[in-house]
Amino acid sequence: MNLPGPTLLGQAVLSGIFIGALYGLLGLGLSLTWGLLGQINLAHFALAFLGAYLTYHLATVGGLDPLVTFVLIAPGFFALGVAMQWLFARFRVSPLNSLLVTFGFTVIIETVIQAIWTADFRRLDSGYGDVKFRVGTLFVPLPELLTFCIAIALSLGAWALLRYTDIGRSMRAAAEDPPIAAAFGVDERRLAYLVSGGAAAVAGAAGLCLALSQTLAPSQIYAWIGVIFAVVMMGGPGRALGPLAAGIVIGVSEAVTMAVTAPSWAPVVSFSLLILLLIARPGKA
Amino acid sequence: MSPRGVVISLVVVTAALAAVPLLGLPAFYESFLYLVFHWIVLATSWNILSGYSGYISFGHGAFFGAGVYTTATLAARYEVPFLWTLPVAGAIAAVLALCVGLVVFRVRRVRGELFALLTLAVTFVLATIILNTPIDGGPGVYLSAVPIPKFGPSVSSTFYLLALALAFATLLIAFVVRRARLGRGLFAIHDDEDVAEVMGVPTYRFKLAAFALSCALAGIAGGIHALFVSYVTVGETFSITVPLTVVLMSILGGTRHWAGPAIGATVITALMYAFTAGDYAIAGKAVVGVVLILVILFMPQGLFGRWRRGDDAAARGVEAVTPSQPQPVAEAAAPDAPRARAPALLEIRDLDKAFEGVQALRRVTLDVREGEVLGLLGPNGSGKSTLINVVSGHYRPDAGGIVFRGREIAGIPAHRIARSGIARTYQIPRPFRELTVRDNVTLAAMFGGATLSRPAAEREAARWLEFTQLDAKADALPDALNLHQRKFLELARALAMRPQLVLLDEVLSGLNPSEIDSAVLLIQDIRRQGATIVLVEHVMRAVLALADRIVVLNHGEVIAAGAPAAVMREPAVVTAYLGAPIHA
Repeated sequence: MNLPGPTLLGQAVLSGIFIGALYGLLGLGLSLTWGLLGQINLAHFALAFLGAYLTYHLATVGGLDPLVTFVLIAPGFFALGVAMQWLFARFRVSPLNSLLVTFGFTVIIETVIQAIWTADFRRLDSGYGDVKFRVGTLFVPLPELLTFCIAIALSLGAWALLRYTDIGRSMRAAAEDPPIAAAFGVDERRLAYLVSGGAAAVAGAAGLCLALSQTLAPSQIYAWIGVIFAVVMMGGPGRALGPLAAGIVIGVSEAVTMAVTAPSWAPVVSFSLLILLLIARPGKA
Repeated sequence: MSPRGVVISLVVVTAALAAVPLLGLPAFYESFLYLVFHWIVLATSWNILSGYSGYISFGHGAFFGAGVYTTATLAARYEVPFLWTLPVAGAIAAVLALCVGLVVFRVRRVRGELFALLTLAVTFVLATIILNTPIDGGPGVYLSAVPIPKFGPSVSSTFYLLALALAFATLLIAFVVRRARLGRGLFAIHDDEDVAEVMGVPTYRFKLAAFALSCALAGIAGGIHALFVSYVTVGETFSITVPLTVVLMSILGGTRHWAGPAIGATVITALMYAFTAGDYAIAGKAVVGVVLILVILFMPQGLFGRWRRGDDAAARGVEAVTPSQPQPVAEAAAPDAPRARAPALLEIRDLDKAFEGVQALRRVTLDVREGEVLGLLGPNGSGKSTLINVVSGHYRPDAGGIVFRGREIAGIPAHRIARSGIARTYQIPRPFRELTVRDNVTLAAMFGGATLSRPAAEREAARWLEFTQLDAKADALPDALNLHQRKFLELARALAMRPQLVLLDEVLSGLNPSEIDSAVLLIQDIRRQGATIVLVEHVMRAVLALADRIVVLNHGEVIAAGAPAAVMREPAVVTAYLGAPIHA
């Protein structure tokens, strides 16, 4: 083990923050439906990749700016989320079974992606990919910076919505005790549609960021599940700022481990951290 | 089907399948059936912990992988004969499970999704360690040079027969465990772990045992699979596929039935094979997804969910015996002995318990004498329920001592307190919701103070069901009972444990006046049989009718004790209930 210099270390921390922001963004929607609706939505990952492929398609074939595509993608994804919530409500799916049903959706979406875009790796060549800023001795790539800003904006937005608006307060009340909330006039069903639709739209945003900074392949859907679940649970399901904070903690610890030891050691650090946290953290988790 | 019938049919089917290699079918069939058996072992072994006890593990891949790499390392590097590596693979996986369980099962909080996540994290940590150490080191391990003993006509029949034997053993274990004490305890943990512990189920040991057993089987399956694929990599072995697939298979088949996961495994493996082998690989995968969604939406209990009730009923059938007269609960003091001089059965000394700064119990000292009914009174929040929770072992006291029949029980695990002869009921009934009324009571008899064998426990249960007039509802699930009957179910469970001391936490609250009268008669019956009773109660009429002595708590302190009429007149008691007099 050799200690890297300050520049290398700084660059590592920075890239950790960036990848952590992506973790947080992917975890945000998952965390909201989990905490507020009691659903463990595996299909969230598949949705994010579907969003990424749509961005890729609209940008390369349609010639649109990747950021503009989101305006088209978000409403469609919102509708998908609402449809899924309708299905869950109609059949009163339990949390454990929601895992299975959404796994089924994941497989279906994966198949659709594979049928349209093949199993090959795809990479979006947008104008953003090559832009880098230099801040002091550190390089800041534009796609990652955009991801970071989008993650912060959406997390803060969701947090403020839950905390300061009547709708958000009703959502939290309905999550805590549905019958009592209903007795106080909270329309639980409509709120659930809103949460589910919103989470799906956030998956679309995460997809945009995936398309900007990552290489896409259908099999990659499964590569993110482990770490994102860790991020969501560490942040506390249903808490809007949790995934971002936990994502950055895990991202930075991974990046620093990579810089100090071999890159392949990174998961040990983040997951050991998670195990310790789960066992040692007092109170609610 | 009778248990014997199940075992015999398992043996017959296995023997018939063992003859398949002799038919000389193309190797393709053996490989396909190998995969079916492989998944049957993984899904069924997963179900022993996760299905029975409800501790959903997402880490089955870690223990499977531990087996894969144990065999790979031993066979490829140290040239240990293949068959000898299999028990080692199972043992290593079991030891790993024990290490994880020793830590994780101690933390009460780690249930449900936290347990799932923790086991998933273990998978990633183990995978990373294996990837970065000489166990694998990155390029994977080739096993093509390892000699494979030949059972039957070809090498592929070796794998076929090994997997078949392991599947048979796993199914047999799953079946036996489900009927045995271990399985009953795991089902109780599934429904309500705290109550299971208070009924005498050693929850910690049972979870560890189930986890180790489950993982040992997965480890052996991993050992066989390592040579079946003959080239193992970390990426393939520890992928999310194994944990996800076993969960899917088990839930599809039904997790409460021993054969459910095997059915699910067969269906899913066949679907995967049928659809992914041909030209329609991509469409086939989607079909698997659709089938999965439809099954879960329309059969949320799994394919085997429906047979559950019938199977439980078939396990009985001995119950035609007319229940005898209720026997003495325990051989305690004669009911009419002068109670004032009876020796203390339970001595509580200077008991303290605080929750995050709130002092729930403050230097509580009291005796419960043999054969008496002690009324425990106090306003809401005065510490009555906390006291019961501490005596029954649910909470550990901060300070002070509890001596029961001359033995110190403060701080020992709740199931040992239950076995030493203390039973309790819950103010809000907490039956095991997925077990029938009869099974609820049988379980208490199996694990409580008497620790009876299953048939004896069933006879004991029948007796107390009759005593509490629940015999007509014996085969219903607790959800079908009204509040009055649920309270009596609580009583029946407590009594089936044959306790010396019964702690009744507000048995009468929420009942209407006539129900209260019948409950009071029942409690008088219980005491006539010699049990000592601590009665936490708000219904004053009942307390005065039943209690020999009364202790009053307020703000966690004993403020009065003595004969009922005298205590109720004490100024401190009046103040605690009604507030201070205006002129004071």
